[in-house]
Amino acid sequence: MNDRISLKINGAPSLEELQKAGMLPTIEELEKKACVCIECIEEIPCNPCETSCPQNAITIGYPITNLPVIDREKCTACGLCIPACPGLAITIKSIQGDRARIRFPWEYLPMPVRGDKVKMVDRMGQVLCDGIIIAAQTAVRNNKTVVLTAEFPRQFIEEIISIRR
Amino acid sequence: MAESAQRSVRIEKHPILGDLPSTEEVTIYFEGKALKARAGEPIMSALVAAGVGVFRYTKKGLPRRMFCGIGRCTDCIMNVDGVPGVRTCVTEVREGMKIERQIGNGSWKVQKDEEAGNAAQ
Amino acid sequence: MQPSSKPTVVIGAGPAGLCAAIELKKAGAPVILMDENAKPGGQLFKQIHKFFGSKEHKAGVRGFDIGNELLAESLQLGIDVRLNTEVVGFGKDHKVWAVENRSRSYIVDADRIIIAAGATENSLSFEGWTLPGVMTAGCAQTLINVHRVLPGKSVLMVGSGNVGVIVAYQLMQAGADVAAIIEAAPNLGGYGVHTAKIRRAGVPFFTSTTIIKAEGKESVERAVIANIDSRFVPIADTEKVLEVDTICIAVGLTPSIELASLAGCKMMYVSELGGNMPIHNEYMQTTDGSIYVAGDIAGIEEASTAMEEGRLAGIHAAWSMGYMSAKEMQSKTEQTRERLGALRQGIYGFKRYTAKERVVQRGMTK
Repeated sequence: MNDRISLKINGAPSLEELQKAGMLPTIEELEKKACVCIECIEEIPCNPCETSCPQNAITIGYPITNLPVIDREKCTACGLCIPACPGLAITIKSIQGDRARIRFPWEYLPMPVRGDKVKMVDRMGQVLCDGIIIAAQTAVRNNKTVVLTAEFPRQFIEEIISIRR
Repeated sequence: MAESAQRSVRIEKHPILGDLPSTEEVTIYFEGKALKARAGEPIMSALVAAGVGVFRYTKKGLPRRMFCGIGRCTDCIMNVDGVPGVRTCVTEVREGMKIERQIGNGSWKVQKDEEAGNAAQ
Repeated sequence: MQPSSKPTVVIGAGPAGLCAAIELKKAGAPVILMDENAKPGGQLFKQIHKFFGSKEHKAGVRGFDIGNELLAESLQLGIDVRLNTEVVGFGKDHKVWAVENRSRSYIVDADRIIIAAGATENSLSFEGWTLPGVMTAGCAQTLINVHRVLPGKSVLMVGSGNVGVIVAYQLMQAGADVAAIIEAAPNLGGYGVHTAKIRRAGVPFFTSTTIIKAEGKESVERAVIANIDSRFVPIADTEKVLEVDTICIAVGLTPSIELASLAGCKMMYVSELGGNMPIHNEYMQTTDGSIYVAGDIAGIEEASTAMEEGRLAGIHAAWSMGYMSAKEMQSKTEQTRERLGALRQGIYGFKRYTAKERVVQRGMTK
């Protein structure tokens, strides 16, 4: 089934495993506009990302175990899919000059607020750089999943996935 | 950071469950010491909140506390109001409850009539 | 067919039992829903995470919200729910012996019985496993999500299946730290999205690892873990000490089959579904046609499958007593089966699907 892949040994997928699944943007795509990144690479019955997207930019279809397919032309980076994913596997990344931004789900206390200085982490939980919280969105429709926006140095954009707990 | 991380035993704030709602307070007695408990909670969580680390000792003197937490394993048994072997994880706290550690299977402690009469006041 | 007037007794008010009782009540059948606990909902109210599946499976809804919805529906329907009521035995012709508040005993002459008694967590014995501080993952989950107390500050999770990883995440949400999650198998067991959440919080996973012992004077003060070889034998000189005050055991669940056994239902051993479980057919009927099972007692799966199985049992029982037409029973059963089938797809679901097919095969040959 899952012979010796990082996801099933370390708990987190490697960048290679994610790129193979096809739901991560290339740097070229990130340079054009904000891009959704879906890090869900196992076939489990689940499709709220598809039903949450008002642009129909995410397709799962049937059976609902299909991996999501992203139509980057349709995606407007509205971010509704971020809190919709029960696995907290969706982020939106963007590049602004020499800075990068990530919008990601957060369900821990203490709850960061705008202006907080934070430590940015990669998928293994390693701190790679400093960051700053730009926004914290707590809409009722998010159902208690807060969507944070953090800004950090651009060179870490592919590795960063969240902030240190 | 906006707030310091939650470290106390009672979970006052929670990112999903929200703030701990206030409830009626109930006074229970553990080994003679008065403790405050939340109305409706089982003895087990009141004792954990009060920092009680050991609920009983086995015949051989080994300390025990809790294991399954839902009434199926009997690890959490204590002497409650004189009755041994009470599963504290599924027994609700009551005002004035007397809870004591038991050794092994414990023993029945029957209150003398005059003590019972005094306690009822 | 004249509808009978004897009630159906549903034992267990978790997701399976609640859904079974709701189907029966909606069909107009008399039903009594019993639960030994002071509150209904089974394990549902401890699930503070968002469920998977599709919209019809309540994907994206948190477990406790699903629990509240089911409760509200059962209250609105006026279902006779009896809490603090333990079923302790059965008499001839499906008489149910119940004890209320551990003090009042009574018998119900039931037409049908649906046993939705759930499952029990497995234990793992190792040196020091009886020390205060060693508990099941479910015990920790009950403490933090229902009773709102932390069992400890620093936790070692033993077992990386979904229960282990979900509870580890919830322990962090409650304010505890998870020192590590260990797994005896060479690969992690839970969903990748669950393990990824934990890994980015800095919690390490150690596969091919077991716990050797828990140490401490009157409670857990540290845990010793070690690598194991392909025969699960600890490898010398690989021991590591973790300073933890809590050790949670998440090594699987086993169906709670006591009542089904007492009632005379025949069992079969299905390792993929947790061990001994009652044989049942595609309508959730056991080898006794008047007794149904649903939920984890019929094989360890999830809350979503428990709800659908409860519906299957309730629908069929209602029809069998004359409260539903054959046409309605067939169409409702088809729709429920489709939703249930969708949950048993994919790399994790397929194993459960084939195991359940084996059970139903046995259940069909009378």
